[in-house]
Amino acid sequence: MNPTKIDPSLNSHVESTHISGLHGTVEHTHDEAGNSMFGFIVFLLSESVIFLSFFAGYIVYKTTALDWLPKGFTGLETHEPAINTVVLVSSSFVIYIAERFLHVKNLWGFRAFWLLTMAMGSYFLYGQAVEWRNLPFGFTDGVFGGTFYLLTGFHGLHVMTGVLLQTIMLGRSFIPGNYDKGEFGVAATSLFWHFVDVIWIILFILIYIWQ
Amino acid sequence: MTNLSVETITQIEQPLPGAPDNWKRFFSFSTDHKVIGIQYLVTSFFFFLIGGIFAMIIRGELITPEADLLDRAVYNAMFTMHGTVMLFLWTFPSLVGLSNYLVPLMIGAKDMAFPRLNAAAFWMVPVFGVILMASFFVPGGPSQSGWWAYPPVSLQNPTGNLINGQMLWLLAVAISGVSSIMGAVNFVTTIVRMRSPGMTWFRMPVFVWTVLAAQIIQLFGLPALTAGAVMLLLDLTVGTSFFDPAKGGDPILFQHFFWFYSHPAVYVIILPIFGIFSEIFPVYARKPLFGYKVVAISSLIITGLSGIVWVHHMFASGTPGWMRMVFMATTMLISVPTGIKVFAWVATVWGGKLRLNTPMLFALGGLVMFVFAGITGIMLASVPIDIHVNNTYFVVGHFHYVIYGAVVMGMYAALYHWFPKMTGRMYSEGLGKLHFALTFLGTNLNFFPMHPLGLQGMPRRVASYDPEFAFWNVVASLGAFLLGMSTLPFILNMIGSWVQGEKAPQNPWRAIGLEWLVSSPPTVENFEELPIVISEPYGYGKSEPLVANPDALEVSHESN
Ligand code: HEM
Repeated sequence: MNPTKIDPSLNSHVESTHISGLHGTVEHTHDEAGNSMFGFIVFLLSESVIFLSFFAGYIVYKTTALDWLPKGFTGLETHEPAINTVVLVSSSFVIYIAERFLHVKNLWGFRAFWLLTMAMGSYFLYGQAVEWRNLPFGFTDGVFGGTFYLLTGFHGLHVMTGVLLQTIMLGRSFIPGNYDKGEFGVAATSLFWHFVDVIWIILFILIYIWQ
Repeated sequence: MTNLSVETITQIEQPLPGAPDNWKRFFSFSTDHKVIGIQYLVTSFFFFLIGGIFAMIIRGELITPEADLLDRAVYNAMFTMHGTVMLFLWTFPSLVGLSNYLVPLMIGAKDMAFPRLNAAAFWMVPVFGVILMASFFVPGGPSQSGWWAYPPVSLQNPTGNLINGQMLWLLAVAISGVSSIMGAVNFVTTIVRMRSPGMTWFRMPVFVWTVLAAQIIQLFGLPALTAGAVMLLLDLTVGTSFFDPAKGGDPILFQHFFWFYSHPAVYVIILPIFGIFSEIFPVYARKPLFGYKVVAISSLIITGLSGIVWVHHMFASGTPGWMRMVFMATTMLISVPTGIKVFAWVATVWGGKLRLNTPMLFALGGLVMFVFAGITGIMLASVPIDIHVNNTYFVVGHFHYVIYGAVVMGMYAALYHWFPKMTGRMYSEGLGKLHFALTFLGTNLNFFPMHPLGLQGMPRRVASYDPEFAFWNVVASLGAFLLGMSTLPFILNMIGSWVQGEKAPQNPWRAIGLEWLVSSPPTVENFEELPIVISEPYGYGKSEPLVANPDALEVSHESN
């Protein structure tokens, strides 16, 4: 866990022209949190392609399917989901405030806003569950039913993962000296949360607005 | 003089990787990239043999026109499992293994960025290998839908069991995907962020460039396959209707998901092989790699283009005319950066003082075979020809020239070339050359006949055929059996030399590269002090040193 200490005199006998950009490299060679964050961003980019693929599938079905909506179903109710959307999207700002609090070492401020984020995320999940329950079609009812539950379900799984991660981070904030090694866990969780939000906005536009 | 604090050297209890007397750690959850690399290589070779046995059974069936050796269902299972095992359990893991071993050494890092993730990714390989093999024991046997698993064929579940061959197949492919994504995140992070001082982008060996290019493809391509596989799995188990035409689904959409990844996947496979060629030719021709920067950059161009060619697998899938034209053009375009590389290798070898030892023979043989495959590839890229030979043995012949001719031969070249580094022992040159001769002959005997067969119209994936095709099929089968035997001298050589080969010096080939500046095998932490790179790679015939601190890389510096 200890970062390697590199003696700057190490390079002194090398002409500087040969090692342009050297110091940048040395600095982050053993910056583990930096590596983890970089790796996590790469992972999220990759993860977003799964969503993009599902979105692409949705668009193909919507534009080509012969029987798109299940029989007797006229379209999705947008009122409740819109409220849900507002809650989820604003939680992105709340989590940002929490992060700022942590940054200035105000732990209680961090915990309060972090908890608020978790509450908003849970509210979203609750709203999603209520919506699912009241829909007249199921997963196996044609390609509309399939893609609807696939997209909202896969996204919901991500929200759930986010809330779970947030719970862990909240618990960890009570460990003394937890942030001495940096705030990678919190930063990554919050990045993940923003990611989940952006995906939801696209999803909302595709499924609810474009009917 | 050491400038590193001692605490950083973790896992000191691990013995030297590669030393044969400490074989036990290959069965442990080691986080040393060199141990993991060898674990990957050995595991994948084991599955290579299994896939090879399936191939022998296929060719045994095809030596006569009648379907007499196997039940047709078993034949279907055989080619499905052959293709799946060869791709997901041999080529991918073996290349990941080689990359795992070499990349940190080549960029001057002590390990990968995430060693534990690395180990976890490896251990998923035996897990999904077992899952795939388990499908022989479930009702209905293994999947029969080919390695593409196209619906609606793959949606048939005659036994009605929830646990069936196709379901296990999908599960195995999904786990393989997770493992590959974990690996890709690790490689990209390692290459971008863990290079040693002075190792600028344009001082990286081409192998590292190609690994980077290949792993980027994994990152953007694999998720599409995962998406398709999840939907197919839901269709199969839960009864959704994504791809089931009978229920309003769209089977062609699956083909798009599948090929959006699986075509770029062939570049995931071939790019590191390009890297191997680029490493090996300069060493044994004693000349710098011709056009280093262009070769390096063309890897990334291939990555970019590989994302826009997938529909060439679907020319015959009711694809509209304009789409065929577009993808025909992109496919031909991608042969340009590939051609540049071939040109660079030929120019590298041209006029060099060639040393024709086993790795060089394999690399040259692989290059020749690759050029042949490239020619048939361009033929297949043009729609009129493809419509004619689509789903015939011409296609099978084409991709086996790539995959056996270039990939397997390139892999062998790499294994011989880095064998002394990995094990600290020299291999037997005589057995190596015998291995090369058998492989080269066998590959051509086996796969060349598939081209005339395909042009005459023999379809692939059939257990019986018209007697007029018999001649070439007999030749192909004999070639296949020869290929099967060709692995024997290889296995003998590897095991025998690892146990009692001559001790290898640090740099038996007088090669230029960071990995050759440390002992064979390297110590657990690779470099005692990070190398400070001061010149470009492949400085053959020049007198610039590669690093500023060659004597500080190891504590007890043994000279050769
Ligand atoms: C001894 C070596 C090999 C022999 C004799 C062999 C033979 C064959 C034959 C005859 C087929 C066509 C089966 C059919 O369409 O009915 C086939 C298919 C295939 N082979 Fe090989 N092969 C060999 C090595 C490899 C290797 C090394 C790879 C990949 C790394 C590979 C990948 C494939 C794939 C992907 C298919 C397509 C399976 C499908 O149709 O779904 N083969 N092989």
